[in-house]
Amino acid sequence: MKEKMRGGILSGGLLAAALALAGCAGEPISVPTSPDAGYNGLGGAGGAGGLGLDGVSGGALGGGTLPGTSISDRVFFTVDQSTLSAEAIGTLNQQIGWLTQNQGQITIEGHADERGTRDYNFQLGSARASAVRNYMVSQGIPDSRISIITFGRERPVATCAEESCFARNRRAVTVVARPGA
Amino acid sequence: MVNRLRRTLILAAPAALALRPFASVAQSPLRIEITQGVVQPMPFAAPVFVADTPMAADLAQRITQVVIDDLTGTGLFREIPSSAHIGRITNFDAPVQFSDWKAIGAQALVTGAVGVTGDRARVRFRLWDVFAQTGLGEGLRFQGPASSWRRLGHKVADQIYMRLTGEGGYFDSKVAYVAESGPKASRQKRIAVMDYDGANAVAVTDGSALVVTPRLSIKARRILYTSYEQGAPKIFIMNVDGGGRRVLDKTAAMSFAPHFSADGSRVVYSVSEGTGSDLYVTGTDSGAPARLTRTASIDTAPSFSPDGSRICFESDRSGNQQIYVMPAGGGEPKRISFGEGRYATPVWSPRGDMIAFTKIVGGRFHIGVMRVDGSGEQLLTASYIDEGPTWAPNGRVLMFFRESPGESGGPRIHSVDITGRNLREVPTAGFASDPSWSGLLE
Repeated sequence: MKEKMRGGILSGGLLAAALALAGCAGEPISVPTSPDAGYNGLGGAGGAGGLGLDGVSGGALGGGTLPGTSISDRVFFTVDQSTLSAEAIGTLNQQIGWLTQNQGQITIEGHADERGTRDYNFQLGSARASAVRNYMVSQGIPDSRISIITFGRERPVATCAEESCFARNRRAVTVVARPGA
Repeated sequence: MVNRLRRTLILAAPAALALRPFASVAQSPLRIEITQGVVQPMPFAAPVFVADTPMAADLAQRITQVVIDDLTGTGLFREIPSSAHIGRITNFDAPVQFSDWKAIGAQALVTGAVGVTGDRARVRFRLWDVFAQTGLGEGLRFQGPASSWRRLGHKVADQIYMRLTGEGGYFDSKVAYVAESGPKASRQKRIAVMDYDGANAVAVTDGSALVVTPRLSIKARRILYTSYEQGAPKIFIMNVDGGGRRVLDKTAAMSFAPHFSADGSRVVYSVSEGTGSDLYVTGTDSGAPARLTRTASIDTAPSFSPDGSRICFESDRSGNQQIYVMPAGGGEPKRISFGEGRYATPVWSPRGDMIAFTKIVGGRFHIGVMRVDGSGEQLLTASYIDEGPTWAPNGRVLMFFRESPGESGGPRIHSVDITGRNLREVPTAGFASDPSWSGLLE
């Protein structure tokens, strides 16, 4: 039997229409949530090159402390927010007390969890660091002592795919330059 | 590397093409059948290309395989393997015995020949409509360095794809991406460039500085990316071989999320300004940065329309991330996304007809497309993290990265048709993210 060829070369529009008919939109691709991978240590250094601190637990969410103190070096944020909680303000007040007694430059590192897009989270981290800086300046720390940097979602301290880890990553860390650094 | 290829590879330039007219253009050529909403891949045969010169047999085999892999990789074509062939092609210029190919169900037949002279290779091919017993378009010849044999195969496959679909091809193209290694909490990242199919991957940066979101120019000559090389994140520009590296905007303390205009002459990007970020545009090689937005919100991820007249971007000015379109010179942005959830990383199709985006809703990340007025939204994928779509040169396929969760999780680059079909992982040596697809190479 001679089979007849049908139609002409499929035009772009026809192909588009044909493929649109196929329409398998939103076919879910199952990716199982991993079991809680557990805390990955206590966080430790915030990650800025050469400015890191040795990690010592500073609170329920972990992290380091300001040099020679038990003052937590970090504050935490709720999802997609950069406003300072009452608890964060309490921590920052302790940091500010220490900063008024000690000289030197500081860098505020802003971080985000991995549940936002990379670009957006760069600015979210920046906004968190800015919120800390703005509060410190409002409390009398000279603006010139403070640098901010965002790491977005690039430097998590906790790597599980659970809120317990995300909460630890939504942070702003006060990093004190080592003497002579 | 690409620049070197450009100088020495004589490919699609008209002068390099030996047009071999057939008796007539096919009157009733092939089309792809659609049944019950499923595209039935078109069966084709591509017997190993004939060796025109004694040393060409191995290269002919490899080039044929590239053509087959390109075509089958689209999901639109199905190869009838050589083990099922009845006919043999031993002379490129001898008449084709169509009955041999019809008997095995091939609708399209690709014949080819490869010759090697010194370090140069030449490939000739013809495409046949088996049932109509005619050629589909004219025979063509490509030539270039033998070391660029994969590109020769991609060029042939692009021609075949174009003739059978009526769409432009996308195989002879490059992708810049981030090659990742090391533990999740201290990932080492390098800018890398590969062929669209993952072959010929080359690292461009050395991994000493954290780098993200490379953006490859359409001609695959330059790369924009964001680097921590100077401490804070800043946009850099460099040649595709890593040379000529410099900071794009020296006045911005922190800049990120760059995109070239289609002609490569401009860059649009975002600058962190305290609690918010704003959009800027600058000439790629000269000109002062010009501010496009001024808000307290997070404006980021801008990208040009293909004609350069408009910019799409994401902003949380309404409360959460949504997609907006504005004139490229600034002006009132118009919101185009209104669905549930957050919309991010909008990128304009090279055809100008659609915008692809990342959508976060219900705790899942999706890749989706919509028309440029925001209508016709369609989600193509879903996973823990699917992010950062980039368009194939023909505007019919997207690449993006899919990141698996947890301590040992990481990203891999995937591709998907704009219909949501044919989801595939692009093979890379390790974790890979932030793909950026060039146009078709010249």
